[in-house]
Amino acid sequence: MADGAVNLTIDGMPVSAPPGTLLIEAAKQAGVLVPHYCYHPGLPVAGLCRMCLVEVEKAPKLQIACATQVAEGMVVHTQSAQAKSARMGVLELLLINHPLDCPICDQAGECELQDFTFQEGRPATRYSPDYAKRFNPVEDFGPDVLYVPNRCILCTRCVRFMEDVTKEPVLNVSERGDRAFIGIHPEARLDHPWAGNVVDLCPVGSLLSKDFLHKARAWELDKTASVCTGCSQGCNVTLDTRDNVVVRVRPRPNLLVNRYFICDHGRMNYRWMNRGDRIEAPLVKRAGAELQAVDWDEALERTAGLLRGAGGRAVTLASPRMSTEALFLMRELCAGLDWTGAVQIVMGEEAPLAGVPNLALRPERAPNGTAAELLGYGRDYAAALQAAESAAVVLVLDEPEVTIRTAGALIYLGTVLPEGARDAAVVLPIANVAEEEGTFVNRDGRVQRYFQAKPAPGMARPAWWVLAELLTALGREGGESLTGPGAAFDRLARSVGPFAGLSYASLGAAGQAITPAIGATA
Amino acid sequence: MGYPHKAHRKETTVLSKYFGDPEARSYKGWVKRGGYEAWRQALTLAPAAITDLVKESGLRGRGGAGFPTGLKWSFMPKEKKKPHYLCVNADESEPGTFKDREIMRWTPHALLEGTAIAMRAIQAEVGYIYIRGEFTEPYAIMGQALAEANAARAFGDLKIHLHRGAGAYICGEETALMNSIEGKRGNPRIKPPFPAAFGVFGMPTTINNVETLAAVPPILTNGPAWYKKLSLSNPKSTGTKLFSVCGHVQKPGNYELTMGFPLKDLLYELCGGMRPGRTLKACIPGGSSVPILDRAETEACLLDYEGAVERGTMLGSGGVIVFDDSADMVYQIMRLARFYAHESCAQCTQCREGTAWTTKILERILAGQGKATDLDLLLDLSDNMTGKTICVLSDSCAAPVVSGIKKFRGEFEDYIAGRRRPVMVA
Repeated sequence: MADGAVNLTIDGMPVSAPPGTLLIEAAKQAGVLVPHYCYHPGLPVAGLCRMCLVEVEKAPKLQIACATQVAEGMVVHTQSAQAKSARMGVLELLLINHPLDCPICDQAGECELQDFTFQEGRPATRYSPDYAKRFNPVEDFGPDVLYVPNRCILCTRCVRFMEDVTKEPVLNVSERGDRAFIGIHPEARLDHPWAGNVVDLCPVGSLLSKDFLHKARAWELDKTASVCTGCSQGCNVTLDTRDNVVVRVRPRPNLLVNRYFICDHGRMNYRWMNRGDRIEAPLVKRAGAELQAVDWDEALERTAGLLRGAGGRAVTLASPRMSTEALFLMRELCAGLDWTGAVQIVMGEEAPLAGVPNLALRPERAPNGTAAELLGYGRDYAAALQAAESAAVVLVLDEPEVTIRTAGALIYLGTVLPEGARDAAVVLPIANVAEEEGTFVNRDGRVQRYFQAKPAPGMARPAWWVLAELLTALGREGGESLTGPGAAFDRLARSVGPFAGLSYASLGAAGQAITPAIGATA
Repeated sequence: MGYPHKAHRKETTVLSKYFGDPEARSYKGWVKRGGYEAWRQALTLAPAAITDLVKESGLRGRGGAGFPTGLKWSFMPKEKKKPHYLCVNADESEPGTFKDREIMRWTPHALLEGTAIAMRAIQAEVGYIYIRGEFTEPYAIMGQALAEANAARAFGDLKIHLHRGAGAYICGEETALMNSIEGKRGNPRIKPPFPAAFGVFGMPTTINNVETLAAVPPILTNGPAWYKKLSLSNPKSTGTKLFSVCGHVQKPGNYELTMGFPLKDLLYELCGGMRPGRTLKACIPGGSSVPILDRAETEACLLDYEGAVERGTMLGSGGVIVFDDSADMVYQIMRLARFYAHESCAQCTQCREGTAWTTKILERILAGQGKATDLDLLLDLSDNMTGKTICVLSDSCAAPVVSGIKKFRGEFEDYIAGRRRPVMVA
């Protein structure tokens, strides 16, 4: 046990936590999730829903676990009859004015009011059916947020998020008593670039995303850990897919990167993952003909042939949305050639989240510019395009806007086939970020893994696989050992200085910083 | 007291000595009556010495909780590292209570003087007098008095501000009052941190009631021993207290009594008893937030902190609400519950929903649509609303309901069983 730690007992389990830890957090160590609504680790404590009442021995009355700090020798009972009855009482009161419209509520299935009521609520209401429930009309709060006041339990998470985290306090609690509701400044909209987080923070179905409105039921969704591709911040996200279609992006907590939040730009940046106009088969250009679909063996053999015959200059134009592994293997593929690699990064406006240090929608709207730079890819895209004109071979990694003039062979690895790539000798279909596993390196040098959320269409394969196959076909050493993105990453860690000491397995779900930590690469 | 009737011989007029004497309102008039003598005396004393004097006097908070005033002052940091503040709670909104209003109307300088002394004791340089929004007349009188005192440079460097509330009962809760002064919504704060550590603007703060502070100057001029001797029953309750009597008595009004005075004598002698042909039925001795007493309890109750507790209630703010046998207790309790439902700040679930639900059930019983299970439901609901919230507004709603059902259950059951004609509740 760490020095200075406080020892206490929660439901009979010995727990040790640093001084100042809140009971509700310490209880998690004992495997107890104390039911709560207003408490959120990313927001200041309000202590007002009174849901997390627990019994603390020697305290004169029940204490709220969200505002009570651990103390030496404290004995806490979260499941005592007194505590449970108090919480049951709160649930009953929260429900008396609740419309119970779960069948048409987007939150159903991931609703804390449902969950805790199921866990410890009263089986039937004692509220007279003769009473009219509180009713207020649905309000349009902002570009993506609807407020359904009838479902609101007034936990004020949204109010505190806007006030203390965005520092743009446009929401409040209006009125008093049971007439209270969440109000918005009459001349303001909930259009802060990070405002969408109030939808995630809302423990019930009161704040809804218009984008996700009635799109899916929570239980139909598959959830996959991923990393946002919207900018170089590298916010951790969860991709929610329904029938292999990404329908929602939500923040995945990572205290070192994005805490509990993502910006609206990142939240809405998923539709391209579901594009229908994907390349579904490898294409090769036979003499004088259009591109024709072939199988992978033929496509790979044809590509290997082009590379084998190439001497002199090779140019790679890569998307900064490609995985670190693909960028690395591409460089390996061009070893021995006079290689130039470049990425093109779209710039936008920065949108910081005022209440969280070092968290912003970054101007660099690409997730993996840092890895590209560390692997030797330049930023001078125009120069690379010019170099391509005289190159023997030009390899493109998923640049959908590209138009290339070259005297040499054009090898195009991509998700979609742009007009400008129709002159390619070979087109190899690859998976997008939602369809493969890999890593991105964010602007602070943090290597983070993303996972596969849905299958790639048709014969499309992850870029690391295509490039590993090509290395094998060319007879390069160790090509066969590249059995997955992990193997590719581990080889990268062994050979590229800044990644030294890292391994794919050690990255975990929260990522690791490369050594030595590089500064912001703005 | 001196207004609107002459002081009864059984009253002890310390605070109310000059009630009804318009000259006492002016600075000159107050000085002529020995005012600001205590303040001059305080200036010769160290802050800790003032606190000790008040501690010794046994003065306890007159706002409702009865917390020892000197002890509260001593919670302020001894070594001053941040600005200290004093807040004066003049947001008197407790139903049945109208004593602070009279102090501010007639003896504004008594409050200002007590405020200045308290500020010296807790080393505050800024003090806020938070006056209830509806108190337009007291506000004007206080403003005039403060202007005169400032013109006479009575308080040296001390700054006293009048802050006018906007008419919310909850702003009389000390932490809500601080939020309101800060310009925020008047929501009570969770404690800890306590005001002495993190009060108004995040600085060490003491909050005292108007009557408490008005009692400080006489303690200094007459000495703590004098004040301590003003006690008829329990030595832990000392001094005099204003009791605001309203309801079914012949002579309602403010009465200043020595602690420990029998409630029976107050009602039957000082207030002239019930109306002809009527008998006492019930009494709420400390403002609407405390449990109701039935007739026997009322007649046995002594008016000090311990005496009230002994009868199962609290001395509270000293707002004595009297009901004679014509009163419909179900209706009266519904009116109280409706007040709390209206004034709930909407933070805590139990209070926001519970006060409103309680009101609805009581209204239903009055309308003759009550169910046999309603009384148990009310009691269970009240239990849920007691001791579980940030402040005690929810407890205050539950107290009259629980004690009312306990002591007047028959009246509730008459409505439920259809033995009593329903009341249409607007």
